[in-house]
Amino acid sequence: MILLPCPHCGPRNVSEFRYAGETGPRPNPNSTTPQEWRDYLYTVDNPAGWTTEKWFHGTGCRRYFVVERNTVTNEVRDSRLPATQLENSP
Amino acid sequence: MIRGAEKTIRRMRLGSQPGEVLDRSRQFVFTWNGQKYPAFGGDTIISALTAAGERVFSRSFKYHRPRGLLTASFLDPGCNVQVGDEPNVRGAHRKVEPHMEVRAQNVWPSLHFDARAANRYLGRFLPPGFYYKTFMKPQRLWPLYEKVLQRFAGGGQASPDTPYGYYDKRYAHPDVVVAGGGPAGMAAAVATAEAGARVMLVEDEHELGGHLRWGDESDLAALRELREEVEAAPGIEVLTDSVVTGRYDDNWVAIMQRGLPDVEERLIKARAKTLVVAPGLIERPYVFENNDLPGVMLSTAVRRLINLYAVKPGERAVVLTANLEGDAVVEDLERAGVEVARIEDARNGGDVVRVRGGKGVREIECGDGTRIECDLLVTATGWTAPTSLLNMAGDKPVYSAKAARFFPSELPQGVLATGGIMGDGTLDEFLDHARATGKEAARRAGKIGGALRSSIPQATDAEESSAEGPAETPALPVYEHPKLFRGRTHGIVDYSEDVSSKDLVAAVKEGYDSSELAKRYTTATMGPTQGKLETVNTVAVIAEATGRSIGETGTTTWRPPYAPITLGALAGRNFEPVRYSPMQSWHERHGAEPLVAGAWIRSDHYGDPHAEVRNVRENVGIIDVTPLGKLDLRGPDVPELLNLLYVNKWSNLEVGKVRYGVMCAEDGVILDDGVTGRLGPEHYLMTTTSSGAAAVYEWIEDWLQTYRPDWQIHVTPMTSAYASINIAGPNSRELLARVADDVDLSTEAFPYMNVRTGTVAGVEGCFMWRIGFTGELSYEIHVPSAYGLYVWETLMDRGADLGVRPFGVEAQRILRLEKGHFIVGQDTDALTQGFGAGLDWAIKLDKEDFVGKPELEWQSERNGYFRLVGLQPHDGSVVPLEASQIVEGNTIAGRITSSRFSPTLGRSICLGFVAPHLTKPGTTVTVQLPDGSRVTATVMEHHTHYDPEGVKARG
Repeated sequence: MILLPCPHCGPRNVSEFRYAGETGPRPNPNSTTPQEWRDYLYTVDNPAGWTTEKWFHGTGCRRYFVVERNTVTNEVRDSRLPATQLENSP
Repeated sequence: MIRGAEKTIRRMRLGSQPGEVLDRSRQFVFTWNGQKYPAFGGDTIISALTAAGERVFSRSFKYHRPRGLLTASFLDPGCNVQVGDEPNVRGAHRKVEPHMEVRAQNVWPSLHFDARAANRYLGRFLPPGFYYKTFMKPQRLWPLYEKVLQRFAGGGQASPDTPYGYYDKRYAHPDVVVAGGGPAGMAAAVATAEAGARVMLVEDEHELGGHLRWGDESDLAALRELREEVEAAPGIEVLTDSVVTGRYDDNWVAIMQRGLPDVEERLIKARAKTLVVAPGLIERPYVFENNDLPGVMLSTAVRRLINLYAVKPGERAVVLTANLEGDAVVEDLERAGVEVARIEDARNGGDVVRVRGGKGVREIECGDGTRIECDLLVTATGWTAPTSLLNMAGDKPVYSAKAARFFPSELPQGVLATGGIMGDGTLDEFLDHARATGKEAARRAGKIGGALRSSIPQATDAEESSAEGPAETPALPVYEHPKLFRGRTHGIVDYSEDVSSKDLVAAVKEGYDSSELAKRYTTATMGPTQGKLETVNTVAVIAEATGRSIGETGTTTWRPPYAPITLGALAGRNFEPVRYSPMQSWHERHGAEPLVAGAWIRSDHYGDPHAEVRNVRENVGIIDVTPLGKLDLRGPDVPELLNLLYVNKWSNLEVGKVRYGVMCAEDGVILDDGVTGRLGPEHYLMTTTSSGAAAVYEWIEDWLQTYRPDWQIHVTPMTSAYASINIAGPNSRELLARVADDVDLSTEAFPYMNVRTGTVAGVEGCFMWRIGFTGELSYEIHVPSAYGLYVWETLMDRGADLGVRPFGVEAQRILRLEKGHFIVGQDTDALTQGFGAGLDWAIKLDKEDFVGKPELEWQSERNGYFRLVGLQPHDGSVVPLEASQIVEGNTIAGRITSSRFSPTLGRSICLGFVAPHLTKPGTTVTVQLPDGSRVTATVMEHHTHYDPEGVKARG
């Protein structure tokens, strides 16, 4: 039962959170192709190692945040409030 | 000492021993297989029986060989007994109580004459894995085979009448958990506590002390001192008869606490900062012919019997010793009056070849061929490190050929180990190591605690954590130990599963030549002892058979639980939270049939749902819709959010107006629907489906927090803050007018699809929507929930002459189906994209951007998707079951999603999906009912079956 560090509430049992997917930019809906859009919907990196993912603190502050977690060792390296997607979109 | 053959006389009981755990002032009687036996307070079941001269306690799993006492500890494989209705009780650990009824397990007809022992003659037909090769054909005999095999399956009897005992759970946050209460564990705990940490010291036995308890005078003196230190140290919580049974990520530790007076078992979930593992060493049996006969005991078993329980283990003994602990047992035997006929010293070439006997040891054949008559063989051939908890922390132990056992290799920061598991030494060397380990455990706990605290946002700066570095932990020496696993003959390796060394060799010959494969094929290490006694011998035999070394062969993976845990402890107390609306008490008093809707309890109907439907269409009905999702949205950017999440347009919704909206996900699949109204320039109220309330809130927050945090919008969930009542029917305006004090309800002032705020029955701050799920003139009022019951009762009271009656979820389902309103999740599924539900009119593809737009665009360009249509079976008395398939020949061409008998129309009505080529109104489709019969139905022009112009709702 890993501890996840919520930026607002501090380290809490992972059972308080809901996993909300890998982070990644949203393609422009007006210029996207079916290939690109479905990649955005369904293809995940799922690496054996460090990954960046989104969690929702459901039974706590009810805020979303982003962590960097190692999927092999379950170490957590960084926890931050989500960066705005607008900065990343084309 | 020996007075006769009567079972009730304590034949083998010794006088008081200095370290005994008996309370001789408490004498009582218990029964074993129906016979009465005496016991003292502090006796275990097995110690009391052994004191009375009993030696055979069970029959082995497969071959039904007689089994007795081997280890005299929790693990003792031959000592599992039935106590009352409790099966598989560890007889050498469980304290005997007055009037306890103990029985042998897995025996028929009796322990001493077990007919199934005939299995031994079938040995060659029952090799390991025999169940993969026999009892297979013919298949029609499987029920018979099952009956036969059931009789031979081991284990106790579970009774279906056992009352549900009280089990609970506890959450703990110690700084340090010390697993193991022997001398190392005790010293480590004291050192940790003295360094200021809060400690939980967990010990499997009924008292602290480990092997010191059955040691000599100096051991007992050291034990007294350590016990006093533990008592005196501040902040040590001692749990005896408890086991650390699992270690998970970030030192999430499962402790199973037994022996509490009012709790059967308690599961403690502890988040420890550091874990100190001090489990000691487990003595290993030696493998040779008939090594499982009653009368073959490990040296620790004999020392426990004599010193803890004052029991003489036999009359005449041979001792096979390879280490100092084995040497020490000779002294204990002589003190107990046992004749030591021979000492075989394995360090000087001594060995035991085989044992002979029927139901117990009669004769021992030594390495040099000498045969000695005796009734007791004591072996001290080696130690096994119980590294399970360390494995669970990610460690892969390493074999030391010098010491003939495995050692931990690489532990993570939060886990430390001390005691016999880390090396050998004198008691003082162990205590020094343990104290240093305890101190280091406290230091690391401080560091981890500091790191955790610093990751919590603070108003003031966090304290600087102590700059102290790690202290020196002196390494323990490692003594050489003879390699003794299997002797010159074949014998039992896994006592619980009846797996012999011969079986393992045969498995290797068949190709199961790794630990993992051989374990699963033979079931070695898979029984109640779970490898603690037999893993190393198993690995040694496999190594021998494959020509590899023990280190190369390696062990299998240890997984939690380390000790057996009852399902009751895992379940704990049974909590089932439910949610009620404020009007629930009224519903119950008026005969509502409860409906479980998620966590909510709703009213399905009040006795006659069809009558409720008719009453809504003819007079007025009220329904409690409190679970409806309600979200308060405020801010200048709310229209942007609505445009993004709904498929339709929201920029020009005027104050006081209401619009229906549908939300799709990024894959175009319908997520939720509801009405949203504008209460003020920057104030909106959104409703969602009841089941979607929580999910839509999280969905909105996701987009606001991670996609457009620049939008100024504040969302407040209000589902349970307001009680919601839908007033529907031709008389609904009249009824509402009688309670709405300050709102003009005329159709000019309050048209269809509008929202007003006002006072209802004197309650301020209510919302009133004029919308129409049921298709009649209707109003939905939202009342601050504390007043919900009052307003409901007022409506029932004031509307009596208008024919007001409550209606439930079932009636509402029928009413909405008559109007063709689809329900997300009922008439749509996880693949239904927007256009499939007939939402062409709502989806505005000319909007700049909204969630799901690309997929909906592509869907509109395709034509091959199933569509939701209204359907009416030709035979109006047939109500197809929902999910009945629509077929063309033997191809599926759709399905019925909603289906009811309509009291308004006097016939059955449905909604369903049909293939694109069947959607033309007037098409006849075939519906296959679950019983295989088929009926026909017509595709209707609209989803609605009633009042297609919508005259009633807009009146």
